Amino acid sequence: MSTQIETPRSPYTRRKTTRSNYELYGWIFMRASGVLLLVLIFGHLFVNLMTGHGVHSIDFAFVGGKWSTPFWQVWDLLMLWLAMFHGTNGVRTIINDYASKDGTRIVLKGLLYLAFAVIVVLGTLVIFTFNPCPPGSPADLLPSFCAA
Amino acid sequence: MPDAPGGTLYRGREGMWSWVAHRVTGVLIFFFLLVHVLDTSLVRVSPEAYNAIIGTYRNWVMGLGEAGLVAAVVFHAFNGVRIILVDFWAKGAKYQKVMLYVVLGLFVVTMAGFLPRHLMNVFGGGH
Repeated sequence: MSTQIETPRSPYTRRKTTRSNYELYGWIFMRASGVLLLVLIFGHLFVNLMTGHGVHSIDFAFVGGKWSTPFWQVWDLLMLWLAMFHGTNGVRTIINDYASKDGTRIVLKGLLYLAFAVIVVLGTLVIFTFNPCPPGSPADLLPSFCAA
Repeated sequence: MPDAPGGTLYRGREGMWSWVAHRVTGVLIFFFLLVHVLDTSLVRVSPEAYNAIIGTYRNWVMGLGEAGLVAAVVFHAFNGVRIILVDFWAKGAKYQKVMLYVVLGLFVVTMAGFLPRHLMNVFGGGH
């Protein structure tokens, strides 16, 4: 009888893994950001499509009026960043699921991350460098407070 | 069961189809978001440029597209809450089917609140 049986009840030691918890944090982020986005986007849709004349009310003056208040700047900035991270991570998951060739996956994810960077940088700059009363524009296209 | 070579992991029913719908609506919303940030960025160019492009959103074809987009967002949002409950609520997995029908019920109620007003804005003309 040379078979050695391990001592029962020896403390379990987890094998050290080289992987990080990156995917776990991604999974948690999808749920946390999802809840916030539900509130942010429902609020966005209600104010833009359900009040006044809905989509007919949206023009430069409408956007100018909203972004002249820090409240809507922060609202839209949060929405932009959370939605872009949430959406990019979702599409990343889908690419990982269906693109089985290494090359295809790298190219698709490269395009995805490029789109992410361009849209987040562009959107953030627009929210903060936006001038609701650009000089030389016809007054009837601008928010009413520009005349003051 | 269809005799697909190697069989299939897809089990059908509420679980699979809600998962499929969540992916499809998610991708749809993502691509709209990219376009939506680009069109909104035109406020930085000039009031005329922004008004010209946003004017196309008032077309009735776009109006129906917006209705479809809102439908996608509403489903994705409510089904997202269902997914969170499946993950974190002890009885979530047990009630996942029931919760899908609750999601669909809430979806119908929300769209019933949204569609009449939106379609009146689109077809009734606001200005």
